[in-house]
Amino acid sequence: MSHSQATDKMMVELRDLNKWYGEFHVLKNINLEVKQGEKIVICGPSGSGKSTMIRCINHLEEHQKGDIIVNGIPLNEDIKNIEAIRKEVGMVFQHFNLFPHLTVLENCVLAPIWVKKMPRKQAEAEAMELLERVKIPDQALKYPGQLSGGQQQRVAIARSLCMNPDVMLFDEPTSALDPEMIKEVLDVMIELATEGMTMLCVTHEMGFAKTVADRVIFMDGGQIVEENEPHEFFNNPQHERTQLFLSQILQH
Amino acid sequence: MKYELQPTLPPPANMIGVIGWLRKNLFNGPVNSIATIVVGYFLISFLVPTIQWIFIDSDWVGDSRDACTSGGACWVFIANRLDQFLYGFYPEAEHWRVQIAFIILIGSIIWLVLPKTPKKGLVATLLLVVYPVVAFFLLYGNAFGLTRVETHLWGGLSLTLVLAVVGIVASLPLGILLALGRQSDMPIVKSVCVIFIEIWRGVPLITVLFMASVMLPLFFPEGMSFDKLLRALIGITLFQSAYMAEVIRGGLQAIPKGQYEAADALGLGYWQKMILIIMPQALKLMIPGIVNTFIALFKDTSLVLIIGLFDVLAIGQAANQDPEWIGYSTESYLFVALLFWMFCFSMSRYSQHLEKALNTGHGNRA
Amino acid sequence: MSSDISNSGHKPDGSAKQKAPPVSQPKFWNDPKKRSLLFQVLLLSILGFVFYTIIDNTLTNLEQRGITTGFDFLSREAGFGIAMSLIDYTEASSYGMTFIVGLLNTILIAVLGIIAATILGFILGVARLSDNWLVAKFSALYIEVFRNIPLLLQIFFWYYAVLRTLPQPRQSIEFFGSFINNRGFIFPAPVPEAGFGWVTFGFFAAIVASWLIARWARKRQELTGQQFPVALTTIGLIIGVPLVLFLFSGMPLGLDHPELKGFNFKGGITVIPELIALWLALSIYTAAFIAETVRAGILAVSHGQTEAATALGMSKAKTLRLIVIPQALRVVIPPLTSQYLNLTKNSSLATAIGYPDLVNVFAGTTLNQTGQAIEVISMTMAVYLALSLMTSFFMNWYNARIQLSER
Repeated sequence: MSHSQATDKMMVELRDLNKWYGEFHVLKNINLEVKQGEKIVICGPSGSGKSTMIRCINHLEEHQKGDIIVNGIPLNEDIKNIEAIRKEVGMVFQHFNLFPHLTVLENCVLAPIWVKKMPRKQAEAEAMELLERVKIPDQALKYPGQLSGGQQQRVAIARSLCMNPDVMLFDEPTSALDPEMIKEVLDVMIELATEGMTMLCVTHEMGFAKTVADRVIFMDGGQIVEENEPHEFFNNPQHERTQLFLSQILQH
Repeated sequence: MKYELQPTLPPPANMIGVIGWLRKNLFNGPVNSIATIVVGYFLISFLVPTIQWIFIDSDWVGDSRDACTSGGACWVFIANRLDQFLYGFYPEAEHWRVQIAFIILIGSIIWLVLPKTPKKGLVATLLLVVYPVVAFFLLYGNAFGLTRVETHLWGGLSLTLVLAVVGIVASLPLGILLALGRQSDMPIVKSVCVIFIEIWRGVPLITVLFMASVMLPLFFPEGMSFDKLLRALIGITLFQSAYMAEVIRGGLQAIPKGQYEAADALGLGYWQKMILIIMPQALKLMIPGIVNTFIALFKDTSLVLIIGLFDVLAIGQAANQDPEWIGYSTESYLFVALLFWMFCFSMSRYSQHLEKALNTGHGNRA
Repeated sequence: MSSDISNSGHKPDGSAKQKAPPVSQPKFWNDPKKRSLLFQVLLLSILGFVFYTIIDNTLTNLEQRGITTGFDFLSREAGFGIAMSLIDYTEASSYGMTFIVGLLNTILIAVLGIIAATILGFILGVARLSDNWLVAKFSALYIEVFRNIPLLLQIFFWYYAVLRTLPQPRQSIEFFGSFINNRGFIFPAPVPEAGFGWVTFGFFAAIVASWLIARWARKRQELTGQQFPVALTTIGLIIGVPLVLFLFSGMPLGLDHPELKGFNFKGGITVIPELIALWLALSIYTAAFIAETVRAGILAVSHGQTEAATALGMSKAKTLRLIVIPQALRVVIPPLTSQYLNLTKNSSLATAIGYPDLVNVFAGTTLNQTGQAIEVISMTMAVYLALSLMTSFFMNWYNARIQLSER
């Protein structure tokens, strides 16, 4: 079972967050506080707004009402702030989104060199260290197209970590993977969690949630329906909607 | 039942060999047989005399029309004017300059086209940035001890190539800016680009050339005069950049949204994202499209004869008017057609080959 | 950019639209909204300045050359003849009329070219995919030869190397009362006489009848499943009815035969060689492109569709008519329209051999006589622009309709 590494420092704060796609109200009054070192797992049916919510945090999606504050920086119209937040927030996508025209190593050092203005030598050394941590240092000079899905996703994690982020966002990191590759990615994520990274994961890997999450959040219809620590969440769901969802997801 | 190994037998005789091939490809069914006979008859009755006229009954050596006696094609006419077809009125003593310029051009293109040559990026950059300057000084001179050769002396195939190469190289950066502008979030930037692109794409090149030759001088203050060639080049570049922009837009749209998002999430700025992530991938996808617009441009350069420049077709037209050689216009048209055809056909083959290579995919799409 | 909520799209790179920043007001140059506004204002002022300079220079230059501006010249007398006109035109007509005459000639060559190129292109496109090796290779040869040679060269070839080398009018090639010579193609003009109205009436009546029959046949098939040979009946009616009426009303159609008077022909209808050369070159050139479009369209219908139809027991002809062609047409029509537009724009090459189209007559002779380059070129460009805008509106409408029916 998880033992919380959370400190008192507030890392991500969402206050009355609202977002619309045209007429469609995707996020309704979301309130969420994530402390440094906390691991949050977000689940819910498709279209519930869970991906949209974490994509608002690094401004891949813009919100219309409410506040987002990341590590003390408010996400507002100031591009300096957006840039600052993106430097501190890493993101891992469902479809990896590695840059196919660059090698694994080049993928990793790109942002440190161009965004953080790090010398190439240092960036490469740090990238190699991280590739070792995700257990694929031998693939560094290959192109993403030559790797398996699981390897690509581990590269994507390493690429985000190269920016030395304070928060990591995971947007369904395992749902595009073949079953036998899910474990290798989850292992990396668990290791990251035990090292104390602040994490927000949209995922349906309930085993992962039980192992590492401090809190599990269930979303439906653009709202947070239930929020609880994992043991309570799985064994004693309060809300009818949550019970239905869990019964469907745990059937197989 | 007892199992016995069956011998591998050859197929029935009517499926293989010459007969089998004929049956399968030319005479399977009455309709096809009739079609074969009709097309075959047409080809034989047309191609045989044509080939005879071009190759067998033709005259190749001599220096006046008196050498053409066999009743077939008079290639003596072309041979006598070959220099003009290639160099226009460029002074004969300076032909080496044109030759060097085109040897460099063709050499670097071969370098880029061959699959396994190193440093393609560097060569391409040199070709797009440094080469135009070098070629300008080579062809125009008036520097580095080279005598000046006025542009009204330029002509023939070399002028055709100058028009096409300048048109494509100059329209590339303009096209990139227009394509980016068309995708922009800024409404004014976007509409300016859309209007610019649609106007040039909506009108025929000939009106653009008329505009460049008649209206352009009116746009500038008195005393600022433009070379006729330069005016044509400006017109061609503006026209071409609109088509280029659409090719580039197509390439940009083919890049998955995830690539933009990943670049954003890493904190790259707009230009970093475009130059480091999007453009390198999109350019690869655009090459077939760019080659295709280049083919169209290459053919279209022949229109400059209407505003009085002597490209290779205009040289042919002028040669046909020569009283000494009247009556041999078919020969000159065929020769010019062959020149154009060789360039266009090989380029279109190359672009098809690239498209195929892209479609079968090297699987590096994340 | 409106700050309307409903307007905020799915942009990964868009600007923030939040009303009240919670902590600090961003610096002016770091606010993307203000930044883009500034940039756009800058762009507009640069463009404005460029246009102002151009207009200013132009006006000065025109004044110095003593050229008037404005569209008054359109009502002045043109004073030059035009080789071919679909409407009454004399040297005394106005410059405005030269515009109309040129425009009509452009439309004429475009329509003729589109019809011929479509027929030829479809035949070649289908032939390209024929399982007859010789037919397929012949079509491929045609396509690769003609689309890789400049159109202007092809026009010159037909005009200077073929048509202009035909015999003089006195030595014309004659067949069925028509003549071919280096002045063009001359054939008898049909002159309708009393009673021809019946034939015209019969023609339209046949069209209406065919439409009614098609409706009836479709209803009957829906109710009973019986099929009716609609296509054959339609062809029979539209050709048969006017023909029968024509014969019964005593063949009320005279012919105005052309006759050689002096050095040229009088009477009949003359098609000038410029038109023939342009028409041949445009059709032959564009057909090569249309053939490729048609081929791509047919290939776009997956082989599985044909197999599924065959497995359902459809004949080869029915499969083609009900499964392949409807799907292929969706793919073919948009690029086909743009080929039509290209053909129309390419018809402006007419000016190189002197076919009196819009560019030749108006942007050529009229421009040279009046010197009013700005007005003339703008009007000419506007015509082509209008055509291409209409084409793209059609394509958008068509694509939208197709997408709707695919849901």
